[in-house]
Amino acid sequence: MHDLTIARMASGLREKRFSSSELTRAFLDRIARLDGRYNSFITVCEEQALRAAAAADARLAAGSAETLTGIPIAHKDIFCTSGVRTSCASKMLDNFVPPYDATVVTRLAAAGSVMLGKTNMDEFAMGSSNETSFYGAVRNPWDADRVPGGSSGGSAAAVAARLAPAVTGTDTGGSIRQPAALCGITGLKPTYGRVSRLGMIAFASSLDQGGPMARSAEDCAILLNAMAGHDPLDSTSARLPVPDYTATLEQPLDGLRVGVPREYFGEGLEAQTGAAIHAALKELEKLGATLVDISLAHSELAIPTYYIIAPAEASTNLSRYDGVRYGHRCADPQDLHDLYTRTRDEGFGDEVKRRILVGTYALSAGYYDAYYKKAQQARRLIKQGFDSCFEQVDVIAGPTTPGPAFGLGSKKDDPVAMYLEDVYTLAINLAGLPAISVPAGLAGGLPVGMQLIAPHFEEAKLLNVAHRFQQATNWHELTPPGGDA
Amino acid sequence: MPIEQDEIAKIAELARIRVDAGQAVELSRRLSEILGMVEQLQAVDTADVEPMAHPLDATATLRADEVTETNRRDDFQAIAPAVEDGLYLVPKVIE
Repeated sequence: MHDLTIARMASGLREKRFSSSELTRAFLDRIARLDGRYNSFITVCEEQALRAAAAADARLAAGSAETLTGIPIAHKDIFCTSGVRTSCASKMLDNFVPPYDATVVTRLAAAGSVMLGKTNMDEFAMGSSNETSFYGAVRNPWDADRVPGGSSGGSAAAVAARLAPAVTGTDTGGSIRQPAALCGITGLKPTYGRVSRLGMIAFASSLDQGGPMARSAEDCAILLNAMAGHDPLDSTSARLPVPDYTATLEQPLDGLRVGVPREYFGEGLEAQTGAAIHAALKELEKLGATLVDISLAHSELAIPTYYIIAPAEASTNLSRYDGVRYGHRCADPQDLHDLYTRTRDEGFGDEVKRRILVGTYALSAGYYDAYYKKAQQARRLIKQGFDSCFEQVDVIAGPTTPGPAFGLGSKKDDPVAMYLEDVYTLAINLAGLPAISVPAGLAGGLPVGMQLIAPHFEEAKLLNVAHRFQQATNWHELTPPGGDA
Repeated sequence: MPIEQDEIAKIAELARIRVDAGQAVELSRRLSEILGMVEQLQAVDTADVEPMAHPLDATATLRADEVTETNRRDDFQAIAPAVEDGLYLVPKVIE
């Protein structure tokens, strides 16, 4: 039961092969039995989940169920959940119980899904290894001595270990796609504005975007159907109609032009990962696609541009944590300055402090033009680089990451080495494009992800290509060795 | 371009992040590495390039000037560290 995709679970529920209560109980039992190894959950909501499952069973019996009715899912602990602690994996919010739900949570609940709990992540989503969490590192189900990626590392590990069939994630520079790649699952970062950011704790507001992480592209399509759409409470959410993402999954790929950017296959890409991606591209060719050699102008600027813009936005967003209205507050503050400074010193971890300081520096008088304005100009050049590629091709394909999951602790003390992990994913957020990571092979027994990138609001095309690829390959069906013991 | 320790102290004060002398050395090294990484931006020709603040050319939308939200002050104050009579408490600002 725990090894089914959402699509199959939904049929099982309708055919009464099992109830949502049985399904939910099975996942709660697996979390209780196995998550000690992975640390993928911060909070498990047993009673709430069983109540929601009973309500879903009533809807199923009454014949008023939708596709997601009764399907257990989990939310990254960055999405506010009314009455359930939402920590963002930070000591700063260790005691924070939101009085409202994020729009993503509201929508997925309205669609009938059952929330199992909240998944672990890098603190305030700042990291690529899930090692900056206040609640401890997450371990990769494929190899417990390796990282699951980040920042949605708990989400990816939970799906890979079959502790939840699907989860939500957020992606500011690769935080859905990179952990999806490292854990062998499918993860979609939608177009900026496709999914509401209301109640999604802010890191870098012009880059942040929530999206689905699951076993297959089909499951991501089912989830995105529920998640996407305009939200009057998020003025940056797009006022565009939401297509049925499941309706176009089966379209043939004949004539599809797939751009292969030279820049994504150069120095830094590990050999086995590169070989797996080349084999995956051949597979797309067999499915009718034409590969087009392209050059992605200015792609070398993605890392420096991102590491100005994201920290700058973070330093302003995180100024709200002041010990006054919610969250951590230091004991016995001597004066207001002491309250702010000591609260923030105690509440934030090292990587969060580093990024706040870099952002403050980039925005401070005398440096603004040299750093922040320059980065915003480079950002436009990066977007224009994609625009001109999409005049020649329908989608762009390449590796999601330079290599497979790396060892726990191996990059923790070297921020710059850690930042290189996102070399292929950052530019997509800067340009606001949608991109998906799909399992595309193994390197040394560890999963490799292929990234597909499309023009704004072309999620349906990405899901279509990913689905056809998954019909022709079984990489997404592999389970981590020994994961079920 | 290395960041000097007195510069660290200045930005730490702006960000209300406490940095003690021991941390300042390490932070100055780390921040200098990060800024060294972003230094390649300075070589890029961005003359006449309009800065891009946002991925979509979205404009703020307007709605009718009507009260649609309910007052949830009690809910919001229930999660505050210190409140009294509906007000948030902070240390005394004026002696």
